[in-house]
Amino acid sequence: MSAFINGIGLISPQKTAETNDFLKEIMEYDDDYLKCIEPASYKPYIDPIQSRRMSRLIKMGIASAKMCLNEAGCGNPDAIITGTGLGSVEDTEKILGTIHLDQPFLNPTPFMQSTYNTISSQIAIQLKCNSYNSTYVHRSFSFESCLQDALLQIKEGTARNVLAGGIDEMTLNHLSITRRSGHWKKGHVRNLDMLKWDSPGSLAGEGSAYFLLSADKKDESYACLRDVKTLYKPSSQNEILNRVTSMLAVSELTLEDIDLVLLGINGDNRTDHLYYEFTGSLFPATPLAYYKHLCGEYYTANGFALWLSANILKRQNVPSILYINNDRPQQVHNILIYNQYYNANHSLILVSVA
Amino acid sequence: MMPRRIFVTGLGIITGIGNNLAETKDSLLHLRSGIGKIRFLETNLRDEIPVSEVKCSLEECFSLACLPLTEGYSRNALLGIIAAKQAFNNARVGDFPALSTGLISSTTVGGMDRCELYYEDFLTNDTRNIYIDSYDCADSTEKIADILKIKDYITTISTACSSSANAIQLGARMIRNGDLDCVLAGGTESLTKFHLNGFNALKILDKEPCKPFDEKRNGINLGEGAAYIVLESEESVLQSGKPLICELTGWGNSCEAFHQTASSPDGIGAYLAMKKALEMSGLNIDDIDYINAHGTGTDNNDISEGRAIEKLFGSEIPPVSSTKPYTGHTTSAAGATEAIISILCLLEHVIWPNLNFTEPMKELNFTPVKKLLSETRVRNVITNSFGFGGNDTSLIFSQPPFTLHRSL
Repeated sequence: MSAFINGIGLISPQKTAETNDFLKEIMEYDDDYLKCIEPASYKPYIDPIQSRRMSRLIKMGIASAKMCLNEAGCGNPDAIITGTGLGSVEDTEKILGTIHLDQPFLNPTPFMQSTYNTISSQIAIQLKCNSYNSTYVHRSFSFESCLQDALLQIKEGTARNVLAGGIDEMTLNHLSITRRSGHWKKGHVRNLDMLKWDSPGSLAGEGSAYFLLSADKKDESYACLRDVKTLYKPSSQNEILNRVTSMLAVSELTLEDIDLVLLGINGDNRTDHLYYEFTGSLFPATPLAYYKHLCGEYYTANGFALWLSANILKRQNVPSILYINNDRPQQVHNILIYNQYYNANHSLILVSVA
Repeated sequence: MMPRRIFVTGLGIITGIGNNLAETKDSLLHLRSGIGKIRFLETNLRDEIPVSEVKCSLEECFSLACLPLTEGYSRNALLGIIAAKQAFNNARVGDFPALSTGLISSTTVGGMDRCELYYEDFLTNDTRNIYIDSYDCADSTEKIADILKIKDYITTISTACSSSANAIQLGARMIRNGDLDCVLAGGTESLTKFHLNGFNALKILDKEPCKPFDEKRNGINLGEGAAYIVLESEESVLQSGKPLICELTGWGNSCEAFHQTASSPDGIGAYLAMKKALEMSGLNIDDIDYINAHGTGTDNNDISEGRAIEKLFGSEIPPVSSTKPYTGHTTSAAGATEAIISILCLLEHVIWPNLNFTEPMKELNFTPVKKLLSETRVRNVITNSFGFGGNDTSLIFSQPPFTLHRSL
């Protein structure tokens, strides 16, 4: 069960949209959250009359999906699948701000856009695509479930080209609410210093990443998505380790074949030890990298990680800002992405050269 | 190789017409609707808009879920726990610990029922922080998984009003692919001011009991509830020898790609979803004995769905009814709710009437079932679930094969 990554569109807090550069310039943040750098204009992607009514998340989703499809030269995918932990926070907040009034003249537009499947269905409407369409909304499994569905579609033979994406947004309001429940670091912390603070919480981020996953390899293919596994509340570290080895065995790989491990380390001293235990047991001498200092923590942050992996494999270039340890790979054939959310949602993504 | 067959071995349901399967069946047989004046949701729209509420307070929901009153539980999660437990016990999943078991749940507004009550606190103080992380869609899923100790796979789908039909479809696909032996699939939805006001703003709520497929239909009655079914592989049921309820023989998902909240006039999404499901099942149109329509009662849906039915079934349209006049529109839970209501037709050899119908729509050549049809042959049923954004899904359930029974 694998698929080639033939196109990517990513809007993120780094300069990743509308450029061929690969992290040439690193964006730094020390205030609030890592905020997406949106396209200067949405006109190339969305009819301006339509986009006027759309909230920011919907616009970012459609634009990144179209960037992806344009790059892959795919006009009409055989399936459209989105993962989003929170959907349109902005629209939901607009309703919540007035809901206690039970006012009869609520503006219906935010309500329509607040349903989690709006992004997938708006992409379908833009493309006039009647194919399979679905949306996953399970915290840090949202994007991974979406990829699993995409791989299954390709294996079933019901699709050759699947548009699969992960998208979430942050707002100042949501930031202040989720700060109450202890998700974020206190005070001003520079994103690039994420791991220097021995403190609870992470830095909030956001992003919209769409991938064209295809049964067909092309000369331009970025990489091959080999497998995606999710583990819910593993009872022991061993359960995770066993899952890694069994997953690699299916792809006829061993631990030694992994050239780079990309970790979801996010600076939260309550849970980052899980990553070090993981690599200490399985990958003691493997080059290790992380990415959330560049995109922040959000439910679908692995969209950013998959973009990174695909580019590393295609360009054979690991930007030095990603490294955690001193080991360096000669060549990068296989990358394992490992992410976890509060020790409840663990995920493994295996990506190889195309 | 023949694809693995998928069987239903457990059902669990709580809606406005009953707190369990037996009560649901009794209400259906006695034509009892759950729609009436709002009792439990605190809203100024209480006297204006009828809904089908689960007839339990929050405290009673805790009791039905066999849980002590605990902070951090939404009504949404409690309804989910109640129905999921019923289905899980019905299929005796806990007696077969070797089965690899997944939970695929769905919801559209998640824990919004508590979030909207405590939102002011979220903004101004720390008294309700426990509810901040339970407002998302995954919260109810994880609570169900923890209580039933389901670990092998869990996820949550949200495709508006087709959510739980898509959860059932994904469960079947994963079993067929050999990923899991057993899946608890369905959805849960609690009524909230959030979506009551939202649907009201769209001006698609009927102030009277809804009348799907009626010329004078005037919109939706919202409902709430949760429904889950247990799906198992053929190998799994052969091994356990447990009784089969029915077989899931077809599923189809298609997107209208027409409008965020409206259905296309020709019902292309509905047509494609039903057609895909039918093709997959290998059945002919005359094998389908009942269509449980999405039938919301809006002007738009019933034309669109009716035309799609006419296009697919031509002059051989089987009995059609919408059961939303019984349960109200339980949004994300509607797919699984109506899957169970349709499965009851297979079990009881009945076809449920489309309550409140009097006057045929002038756009359509068929009329829905007006009276309860009993002692009737029901071999295969198709059930439709369509959502905002044109997310359309159809499922086909069939009588279980006798051959498999004999081999047990």
